[in-house]
Amino acid sequence: MLITIKYFGQIAEVTQKDEEQLEVSENTVSELLSLLNSKYSDLKNKDFQIAQHQELVALDTELTGAEIALLPPFSGG
Amino acid sequence: MKDKKPMKSVFKEGAITSEFIGNSIYKHQTKTNIGAHNIFLGQVRADEIDGKTVAAIEYTAYEDMANQKFHEIRESAFENFDLTCMHIYHSLGTVKAGEICLFVFVSSPRRKVVFEALEFIVEAIKADVPVFGKEIFEDESHQWKVNS
Repeated sequence: MLITIKYFGQIAEVTQKDEEQLEVSENTVSELLSLLNSKYSDLKNKDFQIAQHQELVALDTELTGAEIALLPPFSGG
Repeated sequence: MKDKKPMKSVFKEGAITSEFIGNSIYKHQTKTNIGAHNIFLGQVRADEIDGKTVAAIEYTAYEDMANQKFHEIRESAFENFDLTCMHIYHSLGTVKAGEICLFVFVSSPRRKVVFEALEFIVEAIKADVPVFGKEIFEDESHQWKVNS
């Protein structure tokens, strides 16, 4: 399936892009993360949470094809 | 009468001015069922880190999710507290040290409610809303802010 992945803050500094679309055969968030870790080797040194369809999700969550976002620690306010 | 409006963006480009804040207070003077307002203003601090001073914070956000979270915080605040109205504004882009980056404004017939509601809302914003602050130093180097 084709998934849009968004990167923010210091994660976007690692990936050198704010957003991309990937055609993936992976089934879970965890599997997608492994794929991204191999694509961007500095990613594993970073602290971030993952959102699917704008909700934070656990690693064992199944991919639905909805938008994924890699979110570094929040620092609003 | 609660002015529960549907999803609206709370983001404003750049600093939130004292004129804007003053005007917001002025607009509530026609709502004479209100007996107490409470206001939180987040201001960018010129922190000194390893001998370098923060000159500004550049804010970015996952805007769709952030607006959804602001909406949930708003719904939850109206459910839990007897508020007449509430307003939240957060900056995006560059806000210099000393300028305002967050403005939360709650109003109620009575005072006790506004103290509790304001703390609830500000803490929820800090914890749940995907906003990211990049601290820009005077020498133009940067680091990513972490909320404490």
